[in-house]
Amino acid sequence: MKKLSKSTKNSLINYGMVIALYAIVMIIQLCGGLSNSMKGFLVPVCIYVIMAVSLNLVVGILGELSLGHAGFMCIGAYTGAIFSKLTEDTITVAPIRFTIAIIIGAAFAALFGALIGIPVLRLKGDYLAIVTLAFGEIIKNLVNVINFGVDSNGLHFSLKSAMDMGLAEDGKIIIKGAQGISGTPQDSNFTVGIVLVLITLFIVQNLVNSRDGRAIMAIRDNRIAAESVGINITKYKLMVFTISAALAGAAGVLYSHNFSTLTSAGDKFNYNASIMILVYVVLGGIGNIRGSVIAAVILYILPEKLRFLSDYRMLVYAIVLIVVMLFNWSPKAKEFKETVSYKIKAMFAKKEETQA
Amino acid sequence: MSFLNHLINGFSLGSVYAIIALGYTMVYGIAKMLNFAHGDVIMVGAFAVFISMTSMGASALLSLIIAMAVCTALGVLIEKVAYRPLRNASSSLAVLITAIGVSYLLQNLALLIFGADSKSFTSIVDLKAVKLFDGQVSISGTAIVTITACIVIMIGLTLFVNKTKAGQAMKAVSEDKGAAQLMGINVNATISLTFAIGSALAAVAGALMCSAYPNLTPYSGTMPGIKAFVAAVFGGIGSIPGAMIGGLLIGIIENIGKAYISSQMADAIVFAILVVVLLIKPTGILGKNIQEKV
Repeated sequence: MKKLSKSTKNSLINYGMVIALYAIVMIIQLCGGLSNSMKGFLVPVCIYVIMAVSLNLVVGILGELSLGHAGFMCIGAYTGAIFSKLTEDTITVAPIRFTIAIIIGAAFAALFGALIGIPVLRLKGDYLAIVTLAFGEIIKNLVNVINFGVDSNGLHFSLKSAMDMGLAEDGKIIIKGAQGISGTPQDSNFTVGIVLVLITLFIVQNLVNSRDGRAIMAIRDNRIAAESVGINITKYKLMVFTISAALAGAAGVLYSHNFSTLTSAGDKFNYNASIMILVYVVLGGIGNIRGSVIAAVILYILPEKLRFLSDYRMLVYAIVLIVVMLFNWSPKAKEFKETVSYKIKAMFAKKEETQA
Repeated sequence: MSFLNHLINGFSLGSVYAIIALGYTMVYGIAKMLNFAHGDVIMVGAFAVFISMTSMGASALLSLIIAMAVCTALGVLIEKVAYRPLRNASSSLAVLITAIGVSYLLQNLALLIFGADSKSFTSIVDLKAVKLFDGQVSISGTAIVTITACIVIMIGLTLFVNKTKAGQAMKAVSEDKGAAQLMGINVNATISLTFAIGSALAAVAGALMCSAYPNLTPYSGTMPGIKAFVAAVFGGIGSIPGAMIGGLLIGIIENIGKAYISSQMADAIVFAILVVVLLIKPTGILGKNIQEKV
């Protein structure tokens, strides 16, 4: 057998991990050991894994802070759902329709990702963070007021109310302002989610381990040095933002087809959601793809599993978050961990000596 | 004339944003971190005023002083426990996420103690509205106090930073921590002082905000916090007059947008203008353009 490089091995471990997880869940489900509440988690977990991995591409690999990742998910969710509603009668084979919906959602999100990429070229650090945050809020605000419908004359828009669109009698309202889209076909399931996770991992890992990926990391580590050896910064930054947005868009399509109603209310698509995904990325390890996957799975399920704490649930979550951050990142804690691991190693070394 | 009314209301709201943004900008200038928990400190300040006024029957001024003391202590405590250990961490994201954790913590503590239902806040300002042009334009007492407070705070802070020793120490620490330490400046104490001032201002902002919009919930601080953050960036983060200009502009744009374009789209308009401004001037209106060295 050919000797595998370290990066290939790492990628394969990640695929294997996801497939093993899928197999375990499927076996438990066949044995009937999966509670209804756990079943409800399966698709959202896939969605947030995709979100975390794609955000890690921007935050970890490119080294730019983005606080508007949920905005791309929102675009994907809406465009995908609109497509499915429009073609519900013409394309009756659900898997084909859903595949096209995912591609369309990803494409629209990619378009916006490229649009957001343009200010990225001028802005750095916290200024960029605030622009992405602003972008996410604008998207959330817009989908909240938009009305969209279709009749025999074509498509109709209005920012005021569904009545203002002037639909003909045969018209169908697709987005009804803050009430959003209802009656989306529920095409999402765990298998599709896992397939999308694998595709996401495939795209991200191959990008990171390619020549382009090394160029991107060079930009992260030292922009000026990278530029001086002829790396096209504009091209690579736009590339990362577009790919990351497209993946988030695909996750959004998965989201909108998981429930029959889609609105922008609550914390689904605003900066809180973006921040939650950022928390997954940072706790999983910035730039570490496997870490993002594991952190997204655990941290998505953790608050739900803490339900027995009822009112104290989010309080405990907040404390866990702070303590983990302090323990993982503070220079003092790092020193402490090193001392402890050194002592443990020394202990084992002694035992071996006495045995010998 | 209604335009003038909207403008004055916008000015008043903008003054609140400006006071919050001052806290953001000072902390950013000195600790180079986005303090996401700042918005929640505002909420704590507002609750402190609410409790001391309704339950303890304290006067408005005394309640405000109590709230400022509570927030100052809270700000210093947060910095000491959650932010200081991460000051030299290898990634600046670490402290950002910790700040988010602190924000969740404050919100959920408030939720446990005070509940999720909104409290109706009694205004701390007992002034009659001033009517101009035969009553066509009216300026509420709260607006007058808010705008005055904002101007006084802004002038006071500028004097403090430029004229006092502690203020000079702050400037030195924000320029170069290591060099400041070598010059005998106590960096830890200076950063604590910055957090103390920022949090005390947050208490003032919380009290004034809830006097104008008297609904208080554990989440009341979040959106103003974000808007003030936007205001600080808008004006050029790290700059005191910039925070003031940014806050006022955001407040005015928001109110005018609400009145003349669409009340649901006001936030989108504010954010869209921010994006445009940053595209034209990437470091904000008064931000300094720092040359990058290799």
